[in-house]
Amino acid sequence: MYKYNEFDAAFLAERNAQFRAQVERRIDGSLTEDEFKPLRLMNGLYLQLHAYMLRVAIPYGTLNSAQMNQLALLAEKWDKGYGHFTTRQNIQFNWPKLSDVPDMLDALAEVGMHAIQTSGNTIRNVTADHFAGAAADEIEDPRPVAELIRQWSTDHPEFQFMGRKFKIAVGGGAKDRAVLKAHDLAVRVVQNDAGEIGYQILIGGGLGRTPMIGKVINDFLPRADLLPYLEAVVSVWNQIGRRDNKYKARIKITLHEHGMDDIRARVDARFALIKPTFQGADQELFSEIEAYFAAPDFRTDSTAVFSTAYKTDPVFRSWVDTNLAEHRQDDHAIVTISIKKHGATPGDASAEQMRVMADLAAKYGYDELRISHEQNVILPHVHKSDLPAIHAKLKQHGLGTANIGLISDIIACPGMDYCALATARSIPVAEQLATRFDELKLEHDIGHLQIKISGCINACGHHHVGHIGILGLDRAGVENYQITLGGDATWSAAVGERAGPGFAYDEIIPAVERIVSAYLDIRSTPDETFLETYRRVGLAPFKAALYPEAQKKVA
Amino acid sequence: MTVIVTDTGFGPDTWTAGYEGNTALDLPSDTNPVELVEQLDADVQMIRINFPSFADGRGFTIARQLRLSGYTGHIRAYGHVIADQYAMARRSGFDDVEISEDLAARQPETQWLARANWQQHNYQSRMRGGSPAAA
Amino acid sequence: MARAFTPKVITANHLIEGDVIYLTATDTWSRDLAEAELITDEAHAQLRLLDAQSQAATVVGAYLADAVSGDAGPEPTHFREEFRRTGPSNYAHGKQEALAHV
Repeated sequence: MYKYNEFDAAFLAERNAQFRAQVERRIDGSLTEDEFKPLRLMNGLYLQLHAYMLRVAIPYGTLNSAQMNQLALLAEKWDKGYGHFTTRQNIQFNWPKLSDVPDMLDALAEVGMHAIQTSGNTIRNVTADHFAGAAADEIEDPRPVAELIRQWSTDHPEFQFMGRKFKIAVGGGAKDRAVLKAHDLAVRVVQNDAGEIGYQILIGGGLGRTPMIGKVINDFLPRADLLPYLEAVVSVWNQIGRRDNKYKARIKITLHEHGMDDIRARVDARFALIKPTFQGADQELFSEIEAYFAAPDFRTDSTAVFSTAYKTDPVFRSWVDTNLAEHRQDDHAIVTISIKKHGATPGDASAEQMRVMADLAAKYGYDELRISHEQNVILPHVHKSDLPAIHAKLKQHGLGTANIGLISDIIACPGMDYCALATARSIPVAEQLATRFDELKLEHDIGHLQIKISGCINACGHHHVGHIGILGLDRAGVENYQITLGGDATWSAAVGERAGPGFAYDEIIPAVERIVSAYLDIRSTPDETFLETYRRVGLAPFKAALYPEAQKKVA
Repeated sequence: MTVIVTDTGFGPDTWTAGYEGNTALDLPSDTNPVELVEQLDADVQMIRINFPSFADGRGFTIARQLRLSGYTGHIRAYGHVIADQYAMARRSGFDDVEISEDLAARQPETQWLARANWQQHNYQSRMRGGSPAAA
Repeated sequence: MARAFTPKVITANHLIEGDVIYLTATDTWSRDLAEAELITDEAHAQLRLLDAQSQAATVVGAYLADAVSGDAGPEPTHFREEFRRTGPSNYAHGKQEALAHV
């Protein structure tokens, strides 16, 4: 794992001192609220519905036990004893006071963490595959690249007041677990025919009001060209991206309006100017960073304890079958800890739970934790013989839910319960859906089905790419929920199709039940997933199930 | 009257030739830097780039493009630039910042001098082996 | 014809606490919507809003929110304002917590 050097630490201390002064200058009138707002946003501080909200970056989703313990401390000391893990590998604290935030940032700096560029019209916190360094299907660990991008983008003087935000994600596996195609820019580690490692670059993905799937701008970028190329892309967009309408400001619209050929020509020309300013220092830095991400010294031991527990304990077996992923070492596993207990707020972990997970990482997990964009926590490296003990501990603290990838593993944004931009609630819909399908005891029979819920058109809850997407809107002063079907958040990314008219708050749970029951009737075999069935039969049969009244009228 | 901000604090405007002649350009923030560079007259010694709002960061890209293209004359940021942006302006290739007296009163000299250390704590400079981003 | 003016309250967030607050008839800020001044005259509403917005050292983002007169004072007409005066629905935090401590 990356460790801050003297430069990083000194930078952060200076930055935090600047923010402390900015808070004081806001209070004494040197800064107007209009001026202060983008400054607090670029330091992760929002003003939400009921309070300020501090969004702390967990760059590329990686943290150690000391960092997780510090997040628990922040939750208890300055918040209400919990934190909320988000779809962009951040954690949000919902109740800080403005005057406490500089102290919170200093506390984060003690463990090499910050809230820089988790908001604002800046290059945002860089995200990555949450199984990086552990997955069996990986070409190369994407995190050294992500860390290089973090350093390059942090406080970049040209890109602090852009037309809109700019999100970057990095992946290095055959499978895409980072929703690469929904980002302004995605870096995918690839290998060419000569066996060289390079990067495929996609631009113009994004959800929100106009969802778009990212497109390839460069198929194979040599390693040393990465930063000048990224700088060229962002610089071109910062210049020509629209500033007259915030809904048309993202690079997806710039790309749509100018076309890929035009954008590529501009980027290539700017790249030619920028490239000579990089003379290899970045590559030396990259090598240093890479060394920090060397794989741990994986221990070897018998897995007999695991095999016995798997045979004899059905609860353990169910959890293993659902929450584990294949590790690059045969005798190890990747453990996803569900932060989606049935009926609880998706992504919320108490300070106690954070400490339990930190302890497990320190004791069994080579001191590593990950946060996924699906709002769960991951122990990326666990020897299989330790799984029974880990599971027992998780169960004691409400963390043993066996539902990863299932219908109750729901992504939900904070919605109207917290967010100033929201048009409807998301959290109670997620809570009720999870509770309902738990009651029905159908979850494991239904299999892989992702529900994603956003409380407004900005789509923080990724509803467009949910197998079942739910979008909460305000229709004439009443909450109304639109359903989309067939979205896909992986390398075969697709934007879901709108099923039809929306549903009232008290109609949305039965509506989803009708979709699921239609799926169970239609699927060709119990192994055919919801998405496979949807792709085979299309929207029509689901629409018929959703709107039985309309069917009657037609008949 | 306006105030010129440099690394040593507030001072008067020493550019007396105005912006009407061949030696100076006064540019809006939506200037296309590529066309600007192509048409740039060798006599130009001063380019002033407007910031209609501090939230409009296009000026940073324009200054940067001018430097990358080899322009070595003076570049000045003019308008609604706040003290918190001074380091960004300098790192992007601006030589100084021109602000109104009202803004100078609200954000006094000490607040600008606090960012005169713009050459320190600079990730961009590290990426490029110590040379400033605009070099 | 212009739409008839509907009654309003002035609401904002507190600069330091971030909490939802309402302007009262006596020019103080209250955390309780029931104590807010219910404004029924449009010209008066605009003046009061200017007053509120000039208090940048205390409040952030003052605006006019629709309200109606209820038994105990002004009440919200839109669910967003209902959430703002109550707090989130997943935990009894914010104003609900304050009430529980009374």
